[in-house]
Amino acid sequence: MSDDPRTRTGGGAPAKTADRSGWPLWEVFVRPRRGLAHHHVGSLHAPDAELALRNARDLYTRRQEGVSIWVVPAAAITASSPDEKDAFFAPAADKVYRHPTFYEVPEGAAHL
Amino acid sequence: MSGCNTCSVHGHHFPEPGDGPASGLLGQVEAAEAALRAAAERGRPGAPDGAAGDTDPQEYFTALIEADQKIEPRDWMPDAYRRTLIRQIAQHAHSEIIGMQPEGNWITRAPSLKRKAILLAKVQDEAGHGLYLYAAAETLGVSRDELVELLLAGRQKYSSIFNYPTLTWADVGAIGWLVDGAAIVNQVPLCRCSYGPYARAMIRICKEESFHQRQGYEILYTLAHGTPAQREMAQDAVNRWWYPSLAMFGPPDRDSTHSEQSMAWKIKRFSNDELRQRFVDMCVPQAEILGLRIPDPELRWNPERQSYDFTPPDYAELMRVISGDGPCNRQRMARRRRAHAEGAWVREAAAAYAAKRAARATAPTEVAA
Amino acid sequence: MKTTVDHLLALGDDALIAAQRLGEWVAAAPELEEDVALANIALDQLGAARLLLTYAGELEGAGRDEDALAYLRDDREFRNCLLVELPNGDFAVTMAKLLFLAAYQLTLYTALSGCADERLAAIASKARKEVAYHLDHARLWTVRLGDGTAESHRRMQAAVDEIWPYTHELFLPDPTAPVDPAGLRAEFLAIVEPVLAEATLERPADDWAPEGGRRGLHTEHLSYLLAEMQVLHRAHPGARW
Repeated sequence: MSDDPRTRTGGGAPAKTADRSGWPLWEVFVRPRRGLAHHHVGSLHAPDAELALRNARDLYTRRQEGVSIWVVPAAAITASSPDEKDAFFAPAADKVYRHPTFYEVPEGAAHL
Repeated sequence: MSGCNTCSVHGHHFPEPGDGPASGLLGQVEAAEAALRAAAERGRPGAPDGAAGDTDPQEYFTALIEADQKIEPRDWMPDAYRRTLIRQIAQHAHSEIIGMQPEGNWITRAPSLKRKAILLAKVQDEAGHGLYLYAAAETLGVSRDELVELLLAGRQKYSSIFNYPTLTWADVGAIGWLVDGAAIVNQVPLCRCSYGPYARAMIRICKEESFHQRQGYEILYTLAHGTPAQREMAQDAVNRWWYPSLAMFGPPDRDSTHSEQSMAWKIKRFSNDELRQRFVDMCVPQAEILGLRIPDPELRWNPERQSYDFTPPDYAELMRVISGDGPCNRQRMARRRRAHAEGAWVREAAAAYAAKRAARATAPTEVAA
Repeated sequence: MKTTVDHLLALGDDALIAAQRLGEWVAAAPELEEDVALANIALDQLGAARLLLTYAGELEGAGRDEDALAYLRDDREFRNCLLVELPNGDFAVTMAKLLFLAAYQLTLYTALSGCADERLAAIASKARKEVAYHLDHARLWTVRLGDGTAESHRRMQAAVDEIWPYTHELFLPDPTAPVDPAGLRAEFLAIVEPVLAEATLERPADDWAPEGGRRGLHTEHLSYLLAEMQVLHRAHPGARW
């Protein structure tokens, strides 16, 4: 999911999403590994940058997909700071049950 | 694409669309992803990528579709294409969100801590998938708030399967195996959908969902090989979920209203009946390994068609459930409405705080200026 | 000090009952993003509970695994604090519970991660990172609700007032514990008082201080929670799942 943020309805600007509670849309960029650039992974709604960052961590890095996140409303960019990385991403490491290889598939069972 | 030289690895010889059976559904998702990348690198034949130039937008759109290129948010697209996608993606997103309820029903009673953790992670994934899909829909110029309002007002649908109750723990297994299995059969072709944001969302979702089906299968396998009471629970769940799962593929092709145009636009790649057949062919050998019976006396291998003959689901029942008279329609909607209404003060508080803080942040600048 | 089964049960039961309560929020959170966040926190707590209960079972040496301890004990045998078993209430109550629990767990796990029991230290060290995130989540919401609208301020203050008395139990002295909780209260206050201040909330007075959880004397709520959690497991004695 790498959709041009500028094309979105209310992309960053709360204008069109202000109809209910005014939680604007944020675009999320994740650096998957050291040595790679941040890339766009999707979007989410959050009332402010701090919660956008937390929500992005929960939503887009549940399977250790990233080491760093940016959230972007309109022109502003907010990044998770390097010293938070440990607490931010470590918890996903032991959730092996999120990966299909965690499950025993009886011999012969296909298409699972 | 691994070709068919891997067929011999497996004892079973059911038909396999796309690549070899060893790679399974995940392999098909990866193939779709590779195709997406290849198409992106190819560009549109005969024109610099993205440069519509003086071409007629309708012609350009059609040429992109024919060249298996993706339509992207800022491209011109026919209004009906946009409307169809919004309707389909929204319905898909709503299904993920409402679909949290029947399984969520068992989180507090999961019979082991391991199962509780798995189920929590699974239901959490469904919320995440709903969010990916709402985000994809939003690229088409509709806001998530609007879509949520349409759902709560009953003006947009969600998959009718979630209007059936989860009566026992085995239902969690049956949902994983049959409902998620049917969903994956439906969704894997959507990884090749012509609309870029939807295709990319589906690739991500299918990869994550492969664990969902396996955990369900594992639950049923454990129950089917457990105590007599557990075995009975497992068979009962399969009995109740089999036909509703077949109905998930929608009405038969002869009655399907949206299919033809969607196929032409490459939003949809296979007909309802084709996908239903593919699902049945997949499930039969899996049920044998489980040691559970598919509740269809007419089920048998047809060597001519190289497929299983089966009893179709009760489409009249499907229509009744879609129109609101399933066992849990009212309950599911009431719960969604209640969560939404009870959360309003929280959402408003967060918005108010953000506004206050923005005001505080700009105030000193104004003084300085 | 030497680790005992009771100490491990206290830690593990806190985490387990907290996870059970958070699991009740699924599909009912104020926003979908928050459904995802609460489930994440529940998963972390559940993960810690499993490690701690497994260790408790092994230390006990009576052949009880994590499930035997979670599903086959009655409420009088649970060692969790009262705070975690209290009903979720509205979102403000849930955030107040999480704020106080996470602040307590952060100080405790941090101290335990340096304790002589290497296995416990390793569990605490892992859990510490997770609860730092829980604390952060609760802090963000406490501030937003406290300093949001008049309605949210009223609800958040009421939640803090309701839950505050139950924080005293967390710091009852236990000189036999690997880390005596009595020494952690100052650190706890140093975390939560600035959060309450930033949230424009009043820090409640220290008066009523209900306790008993560590001795197996619970509120009326726990028995209902366990009835729901244990019903299926107990209906099929000896079954595998």
